Amino acid sequence: MTPTDLLELARGPALWASLAVLVLGSLWRVAAIWRLGAAPDLSEPRSTRLLAGAMRGIFGRMIPRKEIGRSGRLGALNGYLYHVGLAVIVFGYLPHIGFIERLAGLAWPPLPGPVVYFAVGLTFVALFIALMERLADPVRRLLSGFDDYFSWFVVILPCATGMIAINVSYPAGAAPPPLDPLPLAIHLLSAELLFVWLPFGKLAHAFLVLASRGVTGAALERKGAAL
Amino acid sequence: MEPPPSERARAALDSARAPDARKAAQVFVAQVGRDAAFQLEACVHCGLCAEACHFHLVTGDPRYTPVYKLWPMIKAYQRERAPFASLKRLLGVAPPESTAQALADWSELLYDSCNLCGRCTLACPMGIDIAGLVRQAREGMSAAGFAPPDLYEAAGRALETGSAMGVRWPALKRQIELQEKDTGLKVPVDVEGADYLVVLSSMEIIGFAEIIGALARIFHRAGVSWTLPSAGFEATNVGVQIGSREVAAVLLSRIVDAAERLKVKYVISPECGHAYSALRWEGPNLIGRPYSFKVVQIVELLDQLVREGRLRTRGKDARRLTFHDPCQIVRRGGVSQAPRRLMDGVSGRFVEMPASGAASFCCGGGGGVSAIHRAEKLRFAAFECKKRQVDATGAEALVTSCSNCRNVLEEAIEQYGMTLPVLGLTELVAQYLEPERPRP
Repeated sequence: MTPTDLLELARGPALWASLAVLVLGSLWRVAAIWRLGAAPDLSEPRSTRLLAGAMRGIFGRMIPRKEIGRSGRLGALNGYLYHVGLAVIVFGYLPHIGFIERLAGLAWPPLPGPVVYFAVGLTFVALFIALMERLADPVRRLLSGFDDYFSWFVVILPCATGMIAINVSYPAGAAPPPLDPLPLAIHLLSAELLFVWLPFGKLAHAFLVLASRGVTGAALERKGAAL
Repeated sequence: MEPPPSERARAALDSARAPDARKAAQVFVAQVGRDAAFQLEACVHCGLCAEACHFHLVTGDPRYTPVYKLWPMIKAYQRERAPFASLKRLLGVAPPESTAQALADWSELLYDSCNLCGRCTLACPMGIDIAGLVRQAREGMSAAGFAPPDLYEAAGRALETGSAMGVRWPALKRQIELQEKDTGLKVPVDVEGADYLVVLSSMEIIGFAEIIGALARIFHRAGVSWTLPSAGFEATNVGVQIGSREVAAVLLSRIVDAAERLKVKYVISPECGHAYSALRWEGPNLIGRPYSFKVVQIVELLDQLVREGRLRTRGKDARRLTFHDPCQIVRRGGVSQAPRRLMDGVSGRFVEMPASGAASFCCGGGGGVSAIHRAEKLRFAAFECKKRQVDATGAEALVTSCSNCRNVLEEAIEQYGMTLPVLGLTELVAQYLEPERPRP
């Protein structure tokens, strides 16, 4: 198999297969949880504004309470860094927007290249800090298992392969040359590995967080309790 | 024919005498409905909940990380009920079932080192109600014989006598008589058609019986129609603390029976945090139907009477006072402003603790921990967080609205060599009631 063949595979069957696993696996995970059902709460509610409570739960938890977790603040800040960094890379980089446009027909103006490259660097550093914290901090080390480390790996891998794929030198002012098919194929396959893993591991918090925060927000609002 | 609830509750306690890891796993799994599953699945193992837990903060022990306490339930859920459980079992990557020894070891984490205070819930960036899930995990532990022996004994005593501390009607009757003598007011008992039914915690009856006199004076002054029941007067619910729906339902139904027998409009949840949680929020779900009455926390009622002008206070305590927030009433129960308005009414120098209100630290004794003898050393150690909060205020007296907190605080204050009186909020309000005007 030539590099071009591999790129064709990554752009074609592998991509569609990984997207199918991503979508179907995620739907399956949510549906399987949903079908567990919930018993009605028979206590008299203090508040019936449950949707507002769910929304406050979803958005309010983006900011840690200032009274709690002084020593956890570095970890929380680091979490912001790689989440925002990943968002900038995925949704702000021109080739990625083109990729999304080919898939979904949606496009938007890209961020300037240097901003994205800065975000990549920041994300790299933040992800390595996250790994160091997980290995060094007794609490995180105790909580961590295969899912935590493998999820970290499948997130940083596309970042690394992406940087390698675009690492092409060309004269200033000249148009960038076409990307080398082999690194690009590897980059695509590494992203596809992330797609395949996402529904099964902790990366699914990308969508489960909304449900978790929402149900707790609604339940606490019902009691008039602190969110 | 199904046995009556009291026999089922007794049978549940009896069956727990032989520890059974399989049964624990089955009950763990049965606890996980849709909402709990969304929460368990969302955990990213960030460990931020550890920063909220006083047991972790004072010991530094990572095992006291709140979400780690849920591990046996999470493992059982992932093995048997989670979305890809069958596939994981097929591939041999499902978590192994917890052994009886592991669960026996875990008893310390799910009971001794958790007050169900919910500070971790507040801290979790994923919105996981860890305290609520610990409450559910205790169902599995207690059903399978892994709860602390002290709590099994207390539960048995509560089923038999009506009170986890063994307080029966003659003891309460004696306290009522003493308070009637002290206040010169009649304490109404078993008055059918009264508006409000007062229930008490055993801790109040044994340790802080002045609350009865305080209530008599307050309700007399405010013109509140009220009564105490001679049966079903115990408000605390050890069934909720140990994690046994069967026991909790029986204990709760005694109050419901008294309220319905006496046809009251309201039941007053007393100065007891877990009683409020059991009566106000868990109760209807435990008995499987809504109440025919409303539940009001005593502090909420006092605040309402003051705001309606039915209760007036005169004078203020000149000492520098601070308020300890009972977790189940304030953080988990939503009654946060009422105690502060009452404090402002009776204190000239009320000062808040740092991180007061929703983020306040537990006294260390909630969630049944104060009843677990083996947990005493850890409980006193955990008080260090509360102590720092109290010390920062320079308060000369500590006020609270939970008799269990009050007792735990008094014990810890003595342990730490502090000299700080602990006062009940209701009694403090009663102390500053406007003198009765002579009738024309």
